Amino acid sequence: MSPILERVLDATTTGAMTSERPQQNVQRNAHMMTPSDPDQQPRISLLGTSAMLFEAPGELDLQTQRRIWALGQRAATWEGIREAVPGMSNLMLTFDRPPRQPASLAAALHDAWEAAEELSLEGKTVVLPVQYGGDFGPHLSDVVAHTGLTVDEIVALHSEPLYTVYALGSHPGYCYLGGMDPRIAAPRRKVPVLGLPGGAVSIGGVQTGVSASAGPSGWNTIGHTDMSFFDPTRTNPAMLAPGDMIRFSVERIVR
Amino acid sequence: MIEVLSNAALATIQDRGRQGYLRYGVGTSGAMDRVALAIGNLMLGNPDDAAGIEIPLFPFRVRFTQDAAFALTGADCSARLGERPVLPWWTLQAKKDDVLTIGVPASGARCYLLLKGGVDVPVVLGSRSTQLRGEFGGFLGRQLKKGDVVHAAAVESVHSETNDAAGFGVTPPSWTLGELDTSPVTDSADTVVRVLPAAEYESYEQDSIEAFWRESWKVTPQSDRYGYRLGGPVLISKHPVEMRSHGIVPGVIQVPPSGQPIIQLRDAQPSGGYPKIGTVIEADLWRLAQARIGSKLRFVQAGYEEAVDALDELDRYMTKLRNLVGLHRGTRP
Repeated sequence: MSPILERVLDATTTGAMTSERPQQNVQRNAHMMTPSDPDQQPRISLLGTSAMLFEAPGELDLQTQRRIWALGQRAATWEGIREAVPGMSNLMLTFDRPPRQPASLAAALHDAWEAAEELSLEGKTVVLPVQYGGDFGPHLSDVVAHTGLTVDEIVALHSEPLYTVYALGSHPGYCYLGGMDPRIAAPRRKVPVLGLPGGAVSIGGVQTGVSASAGPSGWNTIGHTDMSFFDPTRTNPAMLAPGDMIRFSVERIVR
Repeated sequence: MIEVLSNAALATIQDRGRQGYLRYGVGTSGAMDRVALAIGNLMLGNPDDAAGIEIPLFPFRVRFTQDAAFALTGADCSARLGERPVLPWWTLQAKKDDVLTIGVPASGARCYLLLKGGVDVPVVLGSRSTQLRGEFGGFLGRQLKKGDVVHAAAVESVHSETNDAAGFGVTPPSWTLGELDTSPVTDSADTVVRVLPAAEYESYEQDSIEAFWRESWKVTPQSDRYGYRLGGPVLISKHPVEMRSHGIVPGVIQVPPSGQPIIQLRDAQPSGGYPKIGTVIEADLWRLAQARIGSKLRFVQAGYEEAVDALDELDRYMTKLRNLVGLHRGTRP
């Protein structure tokens, strides 16, 4: 049996495989927690009977993401697939009906990934003025505490790059952005915060993004911007799409 | 058609759910207990995609502004039409100005009020379900409140068996499909659901994994259509885990760093980055929907085959019910 099939079956059967020596068995262990190990194979797992998740090996970068976009376009045409949903260097496939042989689908995903070329989506660029800190950036101090950087340094590093929209998710119109400086990475919060306003600019791990409407979040909110990202009356309801670009401009820093 | 008389906090219009917009960040929404919604629609002869009202807080009162057939499914509510008791899982004909009072359920958490023809609200992005986070779909994208008037879609007025004074009902699915067993034996008040281990299952300490299956998990007050936050032993991972954001589906059990799991449900965001210890199988989500705040859950480990079989079993049950209801109504199923 190929490693890919074993990985899916590991994820789908008892899950009771002992993990006393996980380091010796990276290839066949679907439950390993090393998503950024560049030597690793893709990780494929099941989300119950509703979906399959493909996680690309290697770094979270634009090259990988362009291959994820290509993989998504391809897999969306497969029979029995309801939707192909790109994430951050990963792809979720939801099912019309759960496949009886998930291992074949996993093998197909694996092959399609090997064959996937970088899909270059050239989108529009949007500039978003941000008010950093204050009432709308309640967790900026946590990022200061975690990184050891000053507020000014964090704001400078956050507003410097031209970010690419890697994927949409979380809530209607929300964009996951690639290109954040890893120096301002900060872990997700121990307990998600309820009732944050729309337009919240936040950092979760090595990722950053802007919320499109009010709601809960497990990320560190560092600032606020005004922008409407979603219109449900349109056939294509989201204002931004994968491949579009965002630059944050510093409107104000509240200390 | 019906006017809401209660301060109907948290009641929403829901159908089977919104499919195909996850890649725009739009979750599925839809009825928490899709079995109850589907059975109500069956009893009324509604299309499968018809929407109803999901009611999680009681008592809930409405007044009929014209004659209409309705069905009540889901939680075991003590309902009255005027002074007349209405059994759960029952359909009846209401007259203009009748007041329907849905009382606190003896068991279960969510009641579904279905109207003949289905609730008439615009289809937004393929569904009538309320998208609370996006503030669209359902009734103006929000929860119902006192004074709202909810209409049913017009149906051809034919002689209807629902004109018969007694109405008719079905046995609750929990009787037919049965409760699930655990070892050690569960308190009968606990809700038992089957769970498939998920991708990060193995990254938890062995003690935590054993506790996950062994212990009862309290449904805390911070539980709603977004998800159930559970209380129980702290689940400890072998090392800190920061996942990249990826798609998730209702039923996924995430474990934030607090070690207290959260089951993602119908209004959950369609992506996340907390590690996943398991997924409640799709065929058991209706059971979860009826677990009340303060009650306890138990997880039983399932295999993938078993989880797919359980979906098939649910389908067979619905087909059988469709045939029975068809026979009763004297129409073709």
